Order: sequence, then structure tokens, then C-alpha cells
Amino acid sequence: MVTKLPKVDVVTTGMGWTGGIVAAELTKAGYHVVGLERGVERSIEDYLHGHDELKYNIHKELMQKLTKDTITFRNTLNDTAKPVRDEGALVVGTGTGGGGAHWGGQTYRYFPYDFEIRSKTIEKYGEGKIPADVTIQDWGITYDEIEPYYSKFEQMAGISGEPDPLAGHRSIDYPTPPLKKLPQMKMFHEASEKLGYHPFVVPTANVSETYTNPDGETLNACQYCAFCGNYGCEYGAKADPIVTVIPTAKKTGNFELRTNSIVTRVLYDGTKATGVLYKDTRTGEEFEQPADLVVLTSYIFNNVRLLLLSGIGKPYNPKTGEGIIGKNYTDHHTITGAIGYFEEKKFNSYIGTGSLGSAFNDFNADNFDHANLDFIHGGQIELHLFGNEPISNNPAPFGTPTWGKEFKKNSLHYFYRNLSVVSQRAILPHKDHYLDLDPTYTDDYGDPLIRVTFDYTEMDHKRNEFLVEKINEVVKEMGADIIDIIPMAEHFGGRFTFQHDGGGVIMGDSPENSAVNNYMQMWDVDNLFVCGASAFPHFGPTNPTPTVGALAYRATEGMIEYLKNGGGPLVPKK
Amino acid sequence: MSEQEKKSPILDKRSSRRTFIKNSGLTVGGLVLGGAIGSLVGGKTETTTHTATGGSTHTAIDYSDTRQFFVRQKDFDALSTAAELIYPEDEHGPGAITLGAPYFIDKQLASPWGINTDDYRKGPFQPGEVPLDKAEIMLQGVRKINEVAEKEHDGKVFKDLSEEQQITILSTFEAGEVKMDLVNSAAFFGLLRTLTLQGCFSDPLYGGNKNMAGWKMKEFPGAQMSYASYLDEEEFVLIDPISLGGHKHS
Repeated sequence: MVTKLPKVDVVTTGMGWTGGIVAAELTKAGYHVVGLERGVERSIEDYLHGHDELKYNIHKELMQKLTKDTITFRNTLNDTAKPVRDEGALVVGTGTGGGGAHWGGQTYRYFPYDFEIRSKTIEKYGEGKIPADVTIQDWGITYDEIEPYYSKFEQMAGISGEPDPLAGHRSIDYPTPPLKKLPQMKMFHEASEKLGYHPFVVPTANVSETYTNPDGETLNACQYCAFCGNYGCEYGAKADPIVTVIPTAKKTGNFELRTNSIVTRVLYDGTKATGVLYKDTRTGEEFEQPADLVVLTSYIFNNVRLLLLSGIGKPYNPKTGEGIIGKNYTDHHTITGAIGYFEEKKFNSYIGTGSLGSAFNDFNADNFDHANLDFIHGGQIELHLFGNEPISNNPAPFGTPTWGKEFKKNSLHYFYRNLSVVSQRAILPHKDHYLDLDPTYTDDYGDPLIRVTFDYTEMDHKRNEFLVEKINEVVKEMGADIIDIIPMAEHFGGRFTFQHDGGGVIMGDSPENSAVNNYMQMWDVDNLFVCGASAFPHFGPTNPTPTVGALAYRATEGMIEYLKNGGGPLVPKK
Repeated sequence: MSEQEKKSPILDKRSSRRTFIKNSGLTVGGLVLGGAIGSLVGGKTETTTHTATGGSTHTAIDYSDTRQFFVRQKDFDALSTAAELIYPEDEHGPGAITLGAPYFIDKQLASPWGINTDDYRKGPFQPGEVPLDKAEIMLQGVRKINEVAEKEHDGKVFKDLSEEQQITILSTFEAGEVKMDLVNSAAFFGLLRTLTLQGCFSDPLYGGNKNMAGWKMKEFPGAQMSYASYLDEEEFVLIDPISLGGHKHS
């Protein structure tokens, strides 16, 4: 039996960054928002006993347990997908804060090139530069159009940083100064400047000084304690929905949070989304929550899955190229580079934050000439000081056995005598990479799991070869005695460990090429908005959250306009 | 001064506080440090020497060093021997046994983690997938280690073999060359190695890294609350470690 509840203005599915931003903006505008969250309610008090590598970093305490559901994965259309079974191999946040509880807080913007990747590539290199099966497209929004929303996200989250000289223009400075430049970072700056590059200190949501945001929420100063990415911050020094947008929503009196509530269907009458169906995860009791606006604010896997399970939109078919839901899935878990070992140095590498470090973008986006290269886009070259934890870090030069006396000797000797320089790179979509419903495996309720089909392309390998060569030069210039290049696996191995996935409900300028417009509004169902990296037509070179946040802020403007004007599409159909 | 103490890098001269402790016996540092020095010098994990502020000394037995999961001594012996081979005691400091890694592993396998409660466990299991839980893999693995030892060395169990013989056997597991039931021996070895390192370096609250001796050997400061005052340090700064339990007692 389903209990039908009174209708509300807005219902969201999940209370991470996108759910929190929607709740804050819509409640401030006077609308009644119900936030459904499958996990529990969290507070920074939960993190006071949290400096525990085994519990948080290894056993992933803050993430969704895979007991009830997971995803399945295969490399190619011809393989049978297997479930991702190991809790450590699928990182998806849960509870209030969601991914914003455990994130490291790196907050780069994507480049102007990213938003118009297809046009700009063709303009400069001709259509032949893009392989036929690489399904890149313009995002239906330009950098200039998204810029104010990036600023809004940064002001809300208190981002600490300094401008990247090679990035798009900024209408306003970062709200707080960058984190301190540690000696290792100074080495990186010196070496990369000497090579002619343009390093900057990584922008971060680990806030450098006490900051009060425009909504009146205060973030505290980061303590560099190194229990950051995969952990929650007990200081409230890492921007997290539970110390920013969720309290903002609560203060209005218009927000109702319901935890232990898992949404199983979007209710759809063929024209509109009429509400959602959800279950109490403890009792199994089922509820219908009607709403004027339904906003999907889960992680991308669940956003796509809810649409497919609810029969909304046309599922993508990789064989014909028809359909849109599930299209352009991109994984962003491959970060390779080089480790340098320094005999004469001993760094205080226990110090760190989830995003302390430095980077440069001379080989990112189209900041360098690709005319004689057989790939497009690029990657950011970066040094991170996350804080070397003792279980996860047993560094030893290649050739050292992985156990026994020599392993022990070398891993102790080099524990504080190594630095890694890596690159995050863009991942471009491919016609065979997509999400659909698995034909075999189900969740506890009998609903099919999401199936991921993904592998590396030739371009991914070429891009990697190019970038590691540049990285090698930097590490050499930094004075490393031994340099080991971390090899990139030939095939993606199915470990989804950073919560960096994109696509499946992609945005664009027309219903022909996209599921949502640039307000995250579904072309086919105008009162259904789908927020998150599910909208990314390709995965930009760096961490997704600022772009996810910026798009969510823009979406809330559209939602308010929609509710004020009594409906209708926010962008005319071409 | 014992031979081991002379060689121990955690008692080196980089920290004046440590030098002071070394020279003055066990009278400074309260309960935590007293216990740490006691176990390191003696190489024992089962006893902790406490020097109370009042001056009276007593020896407490660590009753948590008792098996929950491994019911047969022989299985636990094989586990302990294998863990010590992976992370051996040497001139750099204690090994897996002194650090309590075998008891850590025992506790982990007896916990919900040992039966994969946070993993997706629905079938069908396809070829290459392991339908066993971690406790089953580890139990089968350590029994297999003894089985191979006894078969190849006239009935001698693994712990009674020479180190060279032990390393040879463990290497065949690592290479995936030992036939096991529903799991590859390389996967078992990987789990054993992972658990051993966790037992050496996780917070002592889980029963390994006894007295934070793993952290001291690695010069890791543990569960510190802030490094904000060390950001400009150009030279390495050795900081006394603290555990989560230490916060409670400090």
C-alpha cells in the first residue's frame, strides 16, 4: 500500500551538493522543498573521532554500502557485465552532504574550450580532427554564460585560490586567499617556471581563513590535518552542504528533510512528472510525494537509473546511435604520472589537505597546438599534498619486491622522500560508452542495476603518453634521483574510486542531441530537472564539483522562473 | 641498553625528547610512552609496563590478544609466520608479529568486514569472481600454506621450515601457482599482504600497530588535529604520534 502525501512545490532525490543548492535557492525564494535522502543526517560532530585511515580511507565509512545495490561494469558491448562487488571499488557518497562530505575540495573551472569543444576543434583543425566514433558536442552553454554561476558557487563555498593565468576570465576574485605554499610546492613552481610553464596554487574548498558566505554561513580555517578527502571535516573548514547550503535552506522554514528515504520511481503521466515514489529504507513502507517540480539530485548512476526505470526519455542504443538516456558516459578515474624519489630530501609529507598542491595548464584544453598531435584536449599537470597515510603509502622504486625485507627497508626509507606529479585529463565520449539497465543483476527491491560500458580509447592512450613525458621533465627538473613512470592500464579495470563519472543525461542546445537544456530542464518533461555531472557531454579535465555546482545554480534560476510563470520550456526548442 | 634499542630508528637523535627518554629510562611520558618503550625494547606485545605517576610499577596483561576467529592454533601460527615474512622484524624496527598484525587480522575476520557485509553479494557469480567471503578465503589460505609445507617438507608445518623454504612457498601463492578452491592463490596472498600492512599501521584501536610502534618506526604522527604550525618548516620535523585513544587520555 502506498501512502499518498500532500503535494509540495519541489521534491529532490538526494541531499548532496545539487540537492542542497536547489533546497537553499528555492526555499529562499519562498517555495516549499522536500529533500529525500536515502542515508542519514550528518553533522560535523560525527567527524570528531574521524582521524582513522582504516575506517574512512580504506573501508569508506562515508560511502554508500553496496549491500543493497551497486553498478555492473564491462569494457565492451560484447562482454557480460559483472557487478562491482567490493565496497572499496565504488565510491558514491550517502547521507546529507553526499559527495560533498567526502570530497577533497579541488575546485577548478572547466575551460572555455570545454563548453564549445566541437565547434572550436573544427574551427581550428577541421572536422577530420574528430574521429567518427568520438561523440563530442558543444554543451549548449558558453563559458561566458556559465561564468557568473561558477562565481556564485565559489562565493558560497568560500573557495581559496589564486587565478590560473591560462584559465577563462573571472568576474570576481576567489573569496579567500590560497592555501600556504609548502616547500614541495615551491620546488614544483620553480621547476615548472624554469621549463616555461605557468603554475598556480590549486583552488580549494579547504578554506584558508575564516569566511562567512553571502548566505551567512561561516566556514572555519583549514588546519592541514590531512584527514580530508574520504573524510568529513570536524572543523567545518571544508565546504560541505551540511555547513553551507543545507543550513541555509533550514533557516528559511520552508525546507523539510526526510532521511532513510530512497526514491524508486519518478511518477510520469506522459507529459509531466507528477511526483516521486519512495520507500522508507528501514520499514519498506512506500510513499508517493506529489510535487510541482521534480528535481533529480542523485549521483549520475542513480539519476540515469531513475529515468530508465520510470520510462522517461528514450534509452540510448549504441548500435544505432539513437536515443539519449545513458549516452556519453565518461569515467574519470585515471590519473597517472610519475613518482620521483629524492635521496637528499625528507619532506613533512604527513601535512596535507584534500586539495593542497600546485598545478599548471600549459598542456590542457586547447592551450597548446594539437595540429601535429593525434589527440585533442589534454590534462592538468599537478602536484598534490594530500598527506601520506601509513597504510596506503609504502613507496618503493620499481624493482623493489612488494613484501619482505627489501620492501620494508625501501618503503620506510622513501616514505618521506618521494613526490608524485600526476595529470588529470579530459575524457571524451565514445559511441560505445554508455549506461543502461543490467539484464541480470538487481537491487534488494528487484529493480535492475545500472550497467556501465566503458574502456579507454586510442586517444586516451596517446594523450597519456604525451602528458607523462611532460611530467617526467618536471620531476627531473625538481631534482629527483629516481623517476618511476606510473603505467596506464591498457583497459579500464572497473574501480570507480573518486566519484568522478559523467554523462547519461547530457545537456545541449537541442532535443536532437541532448536530454536537458542549459537549465538542466528535460526537453520532453518540462517540470523535471536533472542536476549533476550526468549533464556533462564530456568529462572536463579536472574535478567535476564546481561545474556541477555552477550548473545547479543556473538550474535554480530556471526553476524559479518556471514556477513563477506557471511552466513551459525555459529554452525554445530548435 | 639492549642491542635492539641501539639500532632502533625511533629512538634516534632527531628528537631531543626521545633522547631524553632513552637516557632516563621509563619514567617520563606517562602511560602511553611507557608502554611503547616497554614493548619495543622487550619485543613483546603481550605485556605492557606501566609506570604510574605514583612510582609503583605493575605489569598488565593485554587480554585482547586472544583469538576470536582462528580456532586452531596451527592456522594462526601459519598466519603469523606468513605475516612476519611480509613485514619482518629487522634493524629498522618491529615486524608484523611484534606489531600485533596477526591479532589485528583475527579481529578483522571476526568482524562484519570479514563476512563482506558492505559488499554486493548477490549471484550469479561469474568465472573469475570469488563467491567466498574474506574470512573463508583467509582460513582456506592459511590451511593451504600448512598443507603445502607438510607435503613438500616431510610433514613439517610452515612455521617450522627455514626462512628460505617459507619464502619459496609464499612466493608460489603470490604467483597464483597454488591450487585453491573457488579463489586464486594470488588473490589470497593479496588479501594477506593488505591485512598485514593494515595490522602494522592502522590506529592501535583495532589491535595492531601496538603502542603505535608501527607509526614510530615510520615516523608517522598519527591522528594529529592540526599541522598549521609546521607549514613553513624546510627540514623534516619528527612529531610524537598520537592515536585516537591517546586523545581520550591526553
